[in-house]
Amino acid sequence: MKNIFSLLKLTLLTIILFAVIYPLAIYGIAQFAPNHGKGETISVNGKVVGYQKIGQKFDKSNYFWGRPSAVDYNAAGSAGSNKGPSNAEYLALVQKRIDTFMIVHPYLKKSEIPSDMVTASGSGLDPNISPEGALIQVKRVAKERKLAEDKVKALVESKINTAVVGPETVNVLELNVALDQLSKKGSEILSR
Amino acid sequence: MNTELFGVISIFIISIVLAIPIGKYIAKVYLGDKTFLDPIFNPIEKFIFKISGINSTEEMNWKQHLKALLSINMIWFFLCFFVLLFQGSLFLNPDNNPSMSPDLAFNTAISFVVNCNLQHYSGESGVSYLSQMFLMFLQFVSAGVGMAAAAMIFTAMKERTTDKLGNFYDYFIKSCTRILLPLSVIVATVLAFSGTPMDFDSKDSITTLQGDHVDVSRGPAAAFIAIKHIGTNGGGFFGANSAHPLENPTYFTNGIELWAQLIIPFAMIFALGFYLKKKKLSYVIFGVMTVGFLLLVVPTVMSEMNGNPAIEKMGIAQTTGAMEGKEVRFGPAISGFWSIATTVISTGSVNSMHDSSMPVSGAMELLAMMVNAFYGGCGVGILNFYIFIILAVFISGLMVGRTPEFLGKKIEAREVKIAAFIAILHPLLILSGTALASYFAAHDTAMGYWFSGNATGWLNNPGHHGFSEMLYEYTSSAANNGSGFEGLGDNNPFWNITTGIVLLLSRFIPIVGPLAIAGLLANKKYIPESAGTLKTDTSIFGVMVFAVIAIIAALSFFPALALGPLAEYFTLK
Repeated sequence: MKNIFSLLKLTLLTIILFAVIYPLAIYGIAQFAPNHGKGETISVNGKVVGYQKIGQKFDKSNYFWGRPSAVDYNAAGSAGSNKGPSNAEYLALVQKRIDTFMIVHPYLKKSEIPSDMVTASGSGLDPNISPEGALIQVKRVAKERKLAEDKVKALVESKINTAVVGPETVNVLELNVALDQLSKKGSEILSR
Repeated sequence: MNTELFGVISIFIISIVLAIPIGKYIAKVYLGDKTFLDPIFNPIEKFIFKISGINSTEEMNWKQHLKALLSINMIWFFLCFFVLLFQGSLFLNPDNNPSMSPDLAFNTAISFVVNCNLQHYSGESGVSYLSQMFLMFLQFVSAGVGMAAAAMIFTAMKERTTDKLGNFYDYFIKSCTRILLPLSVIVATVLAFSGTPMDFDSKDSITTLQGDHVDVSRGPAAAFIAIKHIGTNGGGFFGANSAHPLENPTYFTNGIELWAQLIIPFAMIFALGFYLKKKKLSYVIFGVMTVGFLLLVVPTVMSEMNGNPAIEKMGIAQTTGAMEGKEVRFGPAISGFWSIATTVISTGSVNSMHDSSMPVSGAMELLAMMVNAFYGGCGVGILNFYIFIILAVFISGLMVGRTPEFLGKKIEAREVKIAAFIAILHPLLILSGTALASYFAAHDTAMGYWFSGNATGWLNNPGHHGFSEMLYEYTSSAANNGSGFEGLGDNNPFWNITTGIVLLLSRFIPIVGPLAIAGLLANKKYIPESAGTLKTDTSIFGVMVFAVIAIIAALSFFPALALGPLAEYFTLK
């Protein structure tokens, strides 16, 4: 019996050390991190429009689109599709995504579509697409926004994150925020 | 593409290089030598032992070690079970998440106590912050228990005859405070500064750029994710684990998290060499493990980078590889590497969804857990490998007609019986579990209380892949891994209870076995090395151990692999 009490006391003390003191210490350190450890946000005109790291749904034709998502970009949860590579139902869904993509972007060849644009991400909240995934949408977005194609293309190229190691990425939210600004500037020039 | 491979190789090499000094440090901690962290931790540990009334200097024999280990684990299980069962009405629950059902609480409590972290819930909606903190406590102590068991084995391997094998509590507390805690603080700090949240706020409500309303989950994630990797636990803070952009925000943090899960399993092997002053032995062990690891990694990375042939047939170029279930910021190469690192070591965290891995990768992930001895989890990796060493010593002893000896101790019938039992237990648990579940799925049995609906309802994919989902779940449980083919509908009494039982058996019996063998051997007469001794620190003996592992794994698991991922591979053209 004495032994059990010893073990309970040991458990209590280790709980205090590892589940109270340790997280509080990290909490304290995180106060010096960007946005005090609450996740970095992106604001437009002082209003938060999203988290920099969390992908969001873009399905309007005047925006660049992100990847398909198994949770429809609902960031209250997260999940992948968990479909196996040989699942017939899943392959039919991919085929449907390709067909839809081709209807909206009739100027493309199928082989120009990178696979990340027709497959769901692991988290369902992937904030990025590949540079190719963004570049193939330039023509559509430029037309919808009545912007010069080369200007939109230059915008995409300025938003490509290159790294010393690892894949190149484009953050869809950041790109679309910049796109909104470009449109605004364009309409200001027109109205002048 | 080339920079992706460069990323993979550099992380692997950095981990090995850093494992040597950290291994030296770990050996010093267990030997009780002076280290630079003494001024901080000596008083803390003294205080803990004084208040608990535990004498940490009293030497224990192997049975006393086991008794201490098992009783404290029992206490943790009951505490955790009750926290999860009543989390809905306890404090620190800003999102008002509900309490767990008894079967889910049973599974989750066991799973975190045994260092597995199989999660049949999603972090965002399934647990309160209080539960997250309690689970995080278990991530520390369950890793500490594994390391304490390994430390006892180290002590038992010394060249002497004794039944005094150090003190369990001493090894356990020192593993937690002096090894796991400092490394976790470093990793958590890096994560917090890279964008992982560390707050106690509820979900944030935002209006997106396009005008949709969406809630965003946050929480004290950075502290949790650090120990989840350092302690090779693997349980995710969020549902999508390390594929979640807040749990693993960048390619850089992905590298840090990979390093964090590799470092202690690597370092423990070098620690063994420093501890016994037999560096050559640890190089041989590390070599065997590395060969096995690379044999699993190379095909996986290749098949992920090659992409899905079925999608290629639709006309989509697979230049960026197989991207289903993967994140763009990681890409297929490092995701493939991670999927093997996490299964070889018993971490079980994922940065891509294994259910959507290519068939070859799925087979390699399964095989990694079936072998369960290449590097392995915090401490227990060495325990599993120890069993194979005993078997290899015995078999090669018979082959060359010499008495089987390991480090100057005779291996006799009793030790070999224990080792054989442990080696058979792993396939037995995996295959009988899978057979049971497959039987129900094949007959589409109505499951009643055990599962709402018929048994095929728990599958997320048909055919061979569906079989792999069930096989993976039991393999992951028996290897105390915790990753999953997550499409499987596993939050129901059938899966919660059967995997819970597998988890318990496959954690504690493989700790009891090696501890018993080591304890028995330590008590035997020490025979100095002579010309007749079978040398165990040579590459020939390394080959022998590898052969034993390959034969045991291949013979027991090949039929199951053939029915699952291999069959899928041949159908996917």
